[in-house]
Amino acid sequence: MRAIEIKELTKTYAVGFWKKQRHLALRGLSLSVEAGETFGFLGPNGAGKTTTLKILMGIIFPTAGTASILGKHFLDPDVRLRTGFLPEQPYFYDYLSAPELLDYYASLSGLPAGERRRRIDKVLERVGLGDVGKKQLRKFSKGMLQRVGIAQAIIHDPKVLFLDEPMSGLDPLGRHEVRGLIQGLKDEGKTIFFSTHILSDAEALCDRVAVIHKGELRGVGVVNDLRSSVAGKSEVIWEGAAALPAVSGLTLESHVTGESVRVTVKSDDLDRLLEQVRRQQARLIAVTPLQGTLEDYFMARTTEAEAVRS
Amino acid sequence: MTSRLSAIALNTFREAVRDRVLYNLILFVLLLVASAPLFGQISIGLERLILVNVGLSSISLFGVVIAILVGIGLVSKEIEKKTLYTILPRPVRRWEFIVGKYFGLLLTLLVNAAFMTIGFYIALLVTQHALHKADAGLLVAIYFILLQFMIMVALTLLFSSFSTPIFSAIFAFALFVIGTFGEDLKNFAAMSQGAIKWLTTGIAWVVPNFASLNVISQTAHDQPVSTGLILFNTLYALLYSAAITAGAVLIFDRRNLK
Repeated sequence: MRAIEIKELTKTYAVGFWKKQRHLALRGLSLSVEAGETFGFLGPNGAGKTTTLKILMGIIFPTAGTASILGKHFLDPDVRLRTGFLPEQPYFYDYLSAPELLDYYASLSGLPAGERRRRIDKVLERVGLGDVGKKQLRKFSKGMLQRVGIAQAIIHDPKVLFLDEPMSGLDPLGRHEVRGLIQGLKDEGKTIFFSTHILSDAEALCDRVAVIHKGELRGVGVVNDLRSSVAGKSEVIWEGAAALPAVSGLTLESHVTGESVRVTVKSDDLDRLLEQVRRQQARLIAVTPLQGTLEDYFMARTTEAEAVRS
Repeated sequence: MTSRLSAIALNTFREAVRDRVLYNLILFVLLLVASAPLFGQISIGLERLILVNVGLSSISLFGVVIAILVGIGLVSKEIEKKTLYTILPRPVRRWEFIVGKYFGLLLTLLVNAAFMTIGFYIALLVTQHALHKADAGLLVAIYFILLQFMIMVALTLLFSSFSTPIFSAIFAFALFVIGTFGEDLKNFAAMSQGAIKWLTTGIAWVVPNFASLNVISQTAHDQPVSTGLILFNTLYALLYSAAITAGAVLIFDRRNLK
């Protein structure tokens, strides 16, 4: 079953003093996310990630296109009962304490008083804020606020979670903790749709990812498949620096340490390179196929988009 | 729906309390009670008249100032600080947010007015050494002040739904001033001719008629207020504030938040 289905979503902003100019933030975005999937929505700053999330959350309205969540129109109030949202760098009512804030959000999500009390303690414990007491949110650190953000997103036990840059601005420890929380939610079977430009987070958590650039979808697929699609490089090490000029046209990168040479080469050029190395009577030490990374895929898709545009 | 409305209203009230908006009450009550004996000394025979005029005008003015100061940020602050980003993704309809905010600020002003009224009657007691039957008639003037608050809250909410806090404050205060002189505007319209007559008549009908909601002077002189006027003003304030709030909902319903 599809948890999220986005069809031809387009968003145009009127910009300039007289609002006469048009900025196309999203260009006919279509994608779908299966139930239980952790889906990474990747793109550089200004790619259209937050715009997409804002539309899905009813904060702004699309110029064209539509979406469904759990089989219903994305603006249906029933959908809102079963979805949770963490905005990018969230700001909360800082005059409230964490339990007060969660009680407010839980009541807006329709939870009865008894259930609210039970869930608030449980969720605060889960995000590591079980001991904050009645301290006002204005005294919270950024990492603590991010955890409050996750707590408010899951207080009503939603089936689908939308997280906008959940690790953004956190220190390494904070990122590790938030990553652990997301992993826990994933293990519970929640559908998680999160935007990020931190590729290592997406690589660690996501089943599938989509790459968006300048409002257009540039690619979507299973993380391992995407990595494989940009694989095809090998690392070759030999001894005998004299051989280097003969192969310089074939290498992508090269490092020389004394007599030892280490180069990266496209797999298609590997045979030609090895032939040249042997011909120069250099001593071959190692040939290692290199695994593609999500970053390689991301860079390939975004630079490809730039090339097409120019 | 009711639980969401009351949750939003109570949170708005809580924000006003924790932002110490209501702390001005203590100052007001202390000042009024402390200065009550002075009225007797500076205005022999007129102490009650002056106290009633000063006291009730203060309740009105303090309430309007709070309505403007808090009201102008009711929606715009939530957009600016992005707190709405965690409200709208919930099963909260946009009209529920606006109406909840309306009742939240109204509740703040009601509590404000209740404390001030208590302070005012204590001052009366100190000045007169007793409360008289005529003093109960002053409650009509206070009731009309509450009706003014209903309209002012709706107006500030309307401006806050599309404008910046500074412009909202200017618009709301300008309407309050024009509305306070609503009767003069009608008289001017009656004396004018041509396009000016049409324009001023139109303005006089559109702006809230705060003049007819001000019976402070009348009650201070122990003149009774007719039941007809009480009913008319109640209906007027209800309809006017409902129409303005509906306007705020219409604007906010279509608004793309930044």
